[in-house]
Amino acid sequence: MSERVIAYRDAIKEAMDEEMARDERVYLMGEEVAEYNGAYKASKGLLDKYGPKRVIDTPIAELGFAGVAVGSAMNGLRPIVEFMTWNFALLAIDQVVNAAAKMLSMSGGQVGCPIVFRGPSGSAGQLAAQHSQTFENWYANVPGLKVISPSNPYDAKALLKAAIRDDDPVVFMESEQMYGDKGEVPEGEILLPIGKAHMARQGKDVTIVSFNKMMKVAHAAADELAKEHIDAEVIDLRTIRPLDYPTIVESVKKTNRLVVVDESWPYGSIASEIAFQVQKHGFDYLDAPVKRVNGADVPMPYAANLIEAYLPNPARVVQAAKAALYRL
Amino acid sequence: MAKKAFSKADYLYWFELMLLMRRFEERAGQLYGTKIRGFCHLYIGQEAVVAGMMSAMGPNDKVITAYRDHGHALGMGISPGAVMAELYGKITGCTKGKGGSMHLFDKEKRFLGGHGIVGAQIPLGAGIAFAEKYQGTDNVCLCFMGDGAVRQGALHETFNIAMTWKLPVVFIIENNMYAMGTSVARTSNVTDLHRLGQAYDMPNQAVDGMKVESVHQAIADACNRARTEQIPTLLEIKTYRYKGHSMSDPAKYRTREEVEEYRRIDPIEQVRATILDKGYANQATLDDIETKVLAQVDESVQFAEDSPYPPDSELYTDVYMQADYPYLQD
Ligand SMILES: Cc1ncc(C[n+]2csc(CCOP(=O)(O)OP(=O)(O)O)c2C)c(N)n1
Ligand SMILES: [Mg+2]
Repeated sequence: MSERVIAYRDAIKEAMDEEMARDERVYLMGEEVAEYNGAYKASKGLLDKYGPKRVIDTPIAELGFAGVAVGSAMNGLRPIVEFMTWNFALLAIDQVVNAAAKMLSMSGGQVGCPIVFRGPSGSAGQLAAQHSQTFENWYANVPGLKVISPSNPYDAKALLKAAIRDDDPVVFMESEQMYGDKGEVPEGEILLPIGKAHMARQGKDVTIVSFNKMMKVAHAAADELAKEHIDAEVIDLRTIRPLDYPTIVESVKKTNRLVVVDESWPYGSIASEIAFQVQKHGFDYLDAPVKRVNGADVPMPYAANLIEAYLPNPARVVQAAKAALYRL
Repeated sequence: MAKKAFSKADYLYWFELMLLMRRFEERAGQLYGTKIRGFCHLYIGQEAVVAGMMSAMGPNDKVITAYRDHGHALGMGISPGAVMAELYGKITGCTKGKGGSMHLFDKEKRFLGGHGIVGAQIPLGAGIAFAEKYQGTDNVCLCFMGDGAVRQGALHETFNIAMTWKLPVVFIIENNMYAMGTSVARTSNVTDLHRLGQAYDMPNQAVDGMKVESVHQAIADACNRARTEQIPTLLEIKTYRYKGHSMSDPAKYRTREEVEEYRRIDPIEQVRATILDKGYANQATLDDIETKVLAQVDESVQFAEDSPYPPDSELYTDVYMQADYPYLQD
């Protein structure tokens, strides 16, 4: 059977399309999502299909429209909010964190918030300091939220569908630089469980954990390591909160070495949390300190060479893996 | 204030400045994709706004705007070379290759950026004015924003504060009719954007942004009000961008006829016509100005080409004032 290949942006669109067809309460709002078909064309055709009642262009008013969406989720609807990028969601973070995440708890279990906040996160070329930040760790810090950050079209579709069906508020991180990526996505219904990591490549010498577009860096590093007869195991987190640390610990029991690749700033990053969980649950199995490869501890500059120096890349991951193997 | 009679010098200044902005950006547009990357938002069509501001504002007044900032930077006197080098990401750029197109700055030239988060510069502009008042100067802050930015809540919070605290600020909406693909009419019932000042009793006015004389007059009046009475003003300058939102926007949300309609009232051509009409200069003189401007643009490109990229060590500078800040290295 030949597999169907589609782009990441179309995987996102299909997930929204199928879930909107399935459930009348699901609707989409955001800047340029309707008439412009999405700033990155991830909602192409949805206005034509579902009309302006369910595919809604907003003014540039992130705090306002995110709050309206949360309010509608408190009262029976299941909104999908697209942020043009997560950088702009900083204006809305009060409604995401103080309202959506805390609603169920504050109301003593009465008022839930089934809502998905989605959009691209992270660097995307030379966009400088205000358009390049990653936010997985920011939202993963918040009890009440779930955080998903898929690395390929299949996962994006299957996890977005799961997120839309989930009864809790979900933060869903995509990437401008992955919207054009193609991957196999079979026709018809696909779902993946939230909170489960994926063993993307089996190996025995060192475990590399990553997520979102940094998975490409992880895979490229594993290929490089293979040339030097180092057999890397690669884990794709898929979900950031809840974090599937048992899968990581199981892998470390086999490889005894761990490298985490994470685009975000190092301080308080997902890599930090994984390092804590692994030392706690796998201390006796570690043969070397956990290594991490993060973005530089500075705002993203504009110049191309400084960005290269800033971002994780396969060479830095190879270096970290070899350091963990004491083979430098 | 009484209407100012504009002189030959005013017109020739406007003509040269607007032409510099136009030719500089045409070149930047050509270089985009090979030498210049990232987001690049062109100002072409809106030049009369900056030209009118420059002749109307005081010598110590300050300016802040959004990411469509090449015109403001050139107007405020940042050299074309320093702007072009910044677009290239070179160390000789006006922010050392750190900020790029969206974040041009020059503190000495009283240009405080170049901001990428839509609407975020509105409170910052009021804050710059706050500091002027606090320090007892009579300087004014001119705070620019797009028509899309006026839908941010920060505008309302800031307008209320600026009026209540009597801050010497002039809020200037450059209404080019679109925020990316969204027309003004699709974002609100209130499409006369200057009326947004009314809820706070802020003086407000609509201005023809294709006519540099109108822009000058409105900004001069507003600066005077801010300077002498500490009363903010909201100006809605009606203008138009000929190009797409950024380099990747095919601008299918508007008609070719609409663009043509504005090109017919091009602000530079209007000034050229007045100069010739009034005999302030002949065609040969205007051609000389054009030649001079093109040479400046050529030089700016050459300067950018010849300049080095920032050394990698620049990654760990300019983040803190503290020189020996202990960055996390792994
Ligand atoms: C808070 C925020 N939301 C969204 C964006 C993405 N964005 C960049 S420019 C823009 C349109 C702004 O239009 P307008 O204010 O009219 O300014 P113009 O581009 O016309 O100069 C949008 C939505 C952003 N940069 N910041
Ligand atoms: Mg606009």
